[in-house]
Amino acid sequence: MSEVFVLAQFVGEKIAKTTAELATCGARIGDVTAIVLAAPGKGSALAAQITHGKIAKVLIIESADFDHFGVSASAAALAHVVSEQKPAALLITSSAFGKELAGCVAVLTDSGLITDAVDVSSEIVATQIVFGGSTTVHSRVCHGSAIITLRPNSVTSDSAKSSPEIITVPVAIPDAAKRAKVISSQPPIAEGRPELTEAQIIVSGGRGTNGDFSAVETFADLLGAAVGASRAATDAGWYPHSHQVGQTGKTVSPQLYVACGISGAIQHRAGMQTSKTIVVINKDPEAPIFELADFGVVGDLFSVLPQASEGVKAHKS
Amino acid sequence: MKIAVCVKQVPDSWAEKKMNGGVLDRQGIDAVLNDLDEYAVEEALRIAEAHGGNGEGGANSVTVISMGPERTGDAVRKALSMGADGAIIVTDAALAGSDALATSKVLAKVIEGGNFDLVLCGTESTDARMSVVPAMIAQRLAWAQLTFAGSVVVDAGSVTITRVTEAGVDTIKAQFPAVISVVEKINEPRYPSFKGIMAAKKKPVDIKDLASLGIDAAQVGTPGAWSVVVDATPRPPKAAGIKIVDDGNGGKALVDFLVEKKLI
Repeated sequence: MSEVFVLAQFVGEKIAKTTAELATCGARIGDVTAIVLAAPGKGSALAAQITHGKIAKVLIIESADFDHFGVSASAAALAHVVSEQKPAALLITSSAFGKELAGCVAVLTDSGLITDAVDVSSEIVATQIVFGGSTTVHSRVCHGSAIITLRPNSVTSDSAKSSPEIITVPVAIPDAAKRAKVISSQPPIAEGRPELTEAQIIVSGGRGTNGDFSAVETFADLLGAAVGASRAATDAGWYPHSHQVGQTGKTVSPQLYVACGISGAIQHRAGMQTSKTIVVINKDPEAPIFELADFGVVGDLFSVLPQASEGVKAHKS
Repeated sequence: MKIAVCVKQVPDSWAEKKMNGGVLDRQGIDAVLNDLDEYAVEEALRIAEAHGGNGEGGANSVTVISMGPERTGDAVRKALSMGADGAIIVTDAALAGSDALATSKVLAKVIEGGNFDLVLCGTESTDARMSVVPAMIAQRLAWAQLTFAGSVVVDAGSVTITRVTEAGVDTIKAQFPAVISVVEKINEPRYPSFKGIMAAKKKPVDIKDLASLGIDAAQVGTPGAWSVVVDATPRPPKAAGIKIVDDGNGGKALVDFLVEKKLI
């Protein structure tokens, strides 16, 4: 049976649920080995959290260089194990970091690359939705290990539990991967809401909030949703950049996306149009975001949202 | 300083895009300079201007590099109009169907021959949206990779950026040479002036083919692509949704919709 690598992903020191999503796709193809890139001494605690999905093995690579030299160091380590073990595929979660990492590993191992897949079949055929959601593309890698990045939330993780064998492998990071030094790192501020790319429901605010996200946040909290923002809102400093949905922000595809006071510039749409259900609240009946809406309300978010919040409370009670 | 900016000519973001035989049909779509690359051109010009200027009598040069069909010249012309000093265009029939690996190979080859200190790129193209070519170029050249920069500070042979991604904000520093990709919030690209547009017509544009770069045509284009499209099908247009005007009960109607769809 062929072997498949998946890169385990962590938020801080906690496993991200995308790891199980990668493992779900990986298990269709072959035996799954999860790779853990960790700071020295941190590997076992991270590996111990890998219990979901059909994972046969965990490979821990520890190096202080991962924190100090970012993408290049991680790529060197991954490329090392990929070149050595030649897995049929390497699956990585789509993110700025994940895609760059995939690109560098593809160069280093002479392998084909597919980014932003929404599904991967047992034949290692990747499904992508491209050109603003207008076209479905199936493609496959025809050289080296298939290096594929998978969008978070695109596949349903299987509920299998596993207790994988854990192995630590030493890898030396070459000097060529140490040319860009990380001087300081500031993780996004956690505020007790679900992570954007993992959330089932997202409520987003844009220019129409005029900087007041309270109605958006109240509605989001009632739904257990993450809060997103358009570029207009993050540029104005109304909401942190880490919450930006769209091109150069995050690409999301939750079950439900509620766009409040967002006009729907193409850059924003690119980041959310694969959401399963889209609800829009906007004062401007001509706003292009309405083209995507399954349900649209032409109205003021400051009257529609509070009423909707009351409605949700009433529904729950 | 010698600065290069990699730019791509892309179909207009607003145009309807179709696949033809596994590749994007670029015929009959207005082609423009990838708007995310404009930020890279602007940042390159700002770096040059902050350190003795570019153009005649300037201490620095800004060279635009692009790969694509012949009409790529239009996108390059815009970058020259903004103030870049010259351009290198790689165009060759054998390049059609190139994947990101091949693209990065060609661009890296051009950069290798140019003795550059810094290479700037946009974070992604608005057509392929892979966001990997800048990292791949850095990897191929074994240069420092400074990507997703929200700010760039150049100081005597070193460069420091703030990397802005969903994972947070990192400050990253490297010695020259380095590949930098910039995010769209970094600056406000200038509009080409009339003088700039006129001057652009006289700026040197070096057109190269694969043979002149010493690249084997079999390594690029469709034959050299290490991923293949199995099929591409248009998705049915999204059915028109419900649209109501808030008459004082819009919020209630919204909740009713969510309940009906079992979303809450």
